Amino acid sequence: MPLDQDLEIKKFKVIGTRVRRPDGVDKVTGRARYGADASAPGQLVALVLRSPHPHAIIKKIDISKAEKLLGVKAIITSADLPDLTGGDRGMLDILENCMARKKVLYDGHAVAAVAAIDATTARAALKLIKVDYQVLPHVTDVDEALKPTSPVIHDHIFTDGIEPKPTKASNFNKQAEYGHGDLDAGFAEADVIIEKSYKTEQTHQGYIEPHSCLASVSPDGAAEMWVCTQGHFVYRNQCAALLGLDANKLRVTASEIGGGFGGKTHIWTEPLALALSRKANRPVKLTMSREEVFRCTGPTSSTSIDVKIGAKKDGTITAAFAELRYHGGAFPANWAEFGAMTTWACYDIKNCKSLSKDAVVNRPKTAAYRAPSAPQSCFAVENTIDEVAKAIGMDPIELRIKNAAKEGTKSSYGPVYGPIGIGATLQAAKNHPHMKAPLAKDTGRGMACGFWFNFGGQTCVDLNVTPDGTVTVAVGTMDVGGSRASLALAAAEELGVPYEAVRVIVADTSSLGHNDMTDGSRGTFSSSMAAVFAARNAITVLRERAAKTWEIPVGDVEWVDGEAKAKGASRGNLAPLTLKDLAKGAGGTGGPIAGHSEIVADNAGVSFGTHICDAHVDKETGKTTITRYTVIQDAGKAMHPSYVEGQYQGGAAQGIGWALNEEYVYGTNGRLQNAAFLDYRIPVCSDLPMIDTQILEIPNPHHPYGVRGVGETPIVPPLAAVSIAVTNATGVRMHHIPMSPPRILKAIKSARM
Amino acid sequence: MGAHVNTTINGDAVEFVCAPDESLLDVLRNRIGLTGAKEGCGTGDCGACSVILDGRLVCSCLVLGAEMNGKKLETIEGMADGAKLHPLQQHFIDGAALQCGICTPGFLMAAQALLRKNPDPTEEEIRYGLAGNLCRCTGYDKIVRAVQAAAKEMRG
Repeated sequence: MPLDQDLEIKKFKVIGTRVRRPDGVDKVTGRARYGADASAPGQLVALVLRSPHPHAIIKKIDISKAEKLLGVKAIITSADLPDLTGGDRGMLDILENCMARKKVLYDGHAVAAVAAIDATTARAALKLIKVDYQVLPHVTDVDEALKPTSPVIHDHIFTDGIEPKPTKASNFNKQAEYGHGDLDAGFAEADVIIEKSYKTEQTHQGYIEPHSCLASVSPDGAAEMWVCTQGHFVYRNQCAALLGLDANKLRVTASEIGGGFGGKTHIWTEPLALALSRKANRPVKLTMSREEVFRCTGPTSSTSIDVKIGAKKDGTITAAFAELRYHGGAFPANWAEFGAMTTWACYDIKNCKSLSKDAVVNRPKTAAYRAPSAPQSCFAVENTIDEVAKAIGMDPIELRIKNAAKEGTKSSYGPVYGPIGIGATLQAAKNHPHMKAPLAKDTGRGMACGFWFNFGGQTCVDLNVTPDGTVTVAVGTMDVGGSRASLALAAAEELGVPYEAVRVIVADTSSLGHNDMTDGSRGTFSSSMAAVFAARNAITVLRERAAKTWEIPVGDVEWVDGEAKAKGASRGNLAPLTLKDLAKGAGGTGGPIAGHSEIVADNAGVSFGTHICDAHVDKETGKTTITRYTVIQDAGKAMHPSYVEGQYQGGAAQGIGWALNEEYVYGTNGRLQNAAFLDYRIPVCSDLPMIDTQILEIPNPHHPYGVRGVGETPIVPPLAAVSIAVTNATGVRMHHIPMSPPRILKAIKSARM
Repeated sequence: MGAHVNTTINGDAVEFVCAPDESLLDVLRNRIGLTGAKEGCGTGDCGACSVILDGRLVCSCLVLGAEMNGKKLETIEGMADGAKLHPLQQHFIDGAALQCGICTPGFLMAAQALLRKNPDPTEEEIRYGLAGNLCRCTGYDKIVRAVQAAAKEMRG
């Protein structure tokens, strides 16, 4: 039955309360099972041999000695993973990333994998595999990769988006353009034009749980996999396609996930574990080391961005242009295009344009990282906006308020906005006590606003009423940080039962239809919508059962506060039937009571946030300390405010780490030099202050409760907000992220000269 | 040649044999079946494998299983008193101090060790006491507040 996705304004009973999450006790007692916490009888341990070279031809792989080692049960190379993709280059890229074929394309690229009776044996076997490489010139910098003199990584990449299409292969895989208006006319109207270039370094999502899976393939072709993932259905589909398995025979169960932030949206070693299990005819457990996680999974693009903004003295931005150069690692992607789409999204600018250039380099395949591509473009744009404000002598927040997008604005990437929160978050920032608080010596304040699209997508929910009248909810969209609580709240709200009467699980791929992965801030938005619809469908069944019990038309039965009530004065003598009553009698009225929902959740509702940051810079050492931080963001409706705040705080912390410290350091040999948490330093508890949050609720008109996704936007403004704060503390504009102490000292020194 | 070890884990006598180069973390997870301690890095940088060994907070990935003879070990699995959660555990749930939860056992161990030494820590002391544990989800705000709330309750 189609149900109405649109917002209904009503008074909530449980939505918006801070209930205890259903997986809380398991997670504080060590019971919760993550990727590496499962085992199977007879399981083997798998390890992967990885390339030490950033770019090389694989001339020969000799596994003969390793195969003979006692305890080795299977060894695979790309020869064991034939190309079954039928000309689908995107799928072949995925397979090639999982295991190198003719060439290795980055330091850490897999070349072989071993399954053995234990880790010691597997490690010994890796050492016995001999790979003969012919090392090729490499490139790891995005601007270098785009030069005609750069070594070409793939001979099949001819730039998309350029007419006529080039006939010579290059690393420049895609160009795209967004925007509207007449730039020349706009810049001609401007009193002030600011033009600047910026760079950001590559960062990793830094989830604490390394990738891990347990795969078991039977000789009859039936297979099971336990894996930490943001999308077990997507993993199922891709692994089945790449290995020639029927999707219905590969049952994938998502473990609890120890962080993903986009990094667990791709398959990496899972096809290898399945192929090893098939070859060895034993279950295989494959867990990455932290070094492998850094060298071969995750990271986001490093970037190089030019921005030009023209404005009148009254603060009207008359024209804006940006060129964004991002890389997808060793495989083509469109991260620069994503960046280009977000560039001017906060603003209502008559003449604006963004030009994106996507490239490939000899670095690991980049994955989405929380609002992928937006933090970098926001950093470049917001710093330039800040300079414009300084140049015309206007308060930066007033400049932003003056140019902010609003309902009806045609966004720079195309759509016309509905009700949005950018103006409200800016206004809230302006009025926030943080904005007026005095600043200590050598401390600067910065503010910045950011945007993210949000996504909806495919979701399934099954809601079942148990014979004792409690409720189970199964969802296929992975819970990455508390969405099970939100779904239970939604089901409880609709059914009119206590939150505690609803239990939510994430079901495996054989139990529900396809679900998209938890990305694009879609988890709570889409699955709460599906939960609402499943509950409403169950209520229809419950009303039918009551009607049958009472022998009255179903139209005369309404569902109020967890009970069926007969409408009309003449039926006053019929005592209401509770969920418990109806559940108990279900066997006599038509069988089990359930509600299902399979939807594409459209119109996720765009998201905006504004951040305020105070940063103290020690001018002797270059060390920056964040002394105060405030996040203001529109949530549409916060179903569970604590977890919305948690998203705001966690995103801000990740952004602060990116702004100040985190970066991939490649040597001239193309090898990653800091593949460990000691050298790739993410913020620790003593690095941060409390992170203040303010939740605004401007309802999304296309969700029954008004919910917007909230997870990604919080990482968008911090790079900009922190860098502007550092600029205000030092008096020197920072153009390069991260602002590590040496980089800050260098900037201060150059400014003095 | 394996090492034969007799030790005490969460008050229970435990006997195991392990390889001489096997970490305590691997012994706990792969031999004893206690998977509450997590391997986030294997190099002592993330604290997800934190346990309390003879009263001292350690990364179990940096201790050898063979060193455990005659020692007393506390892990996350022994923190609750039967069905009654420790105040730290309860405040982590009530205060939403976990999102993905992978770092939670390590944080609880570290917070337990901190509060035993210092029952009334300042915010700064909590932040430095927990600086050996990485959390990528929360930004630490709610973790610090949960530890403050638990400490207050435990002081009575």
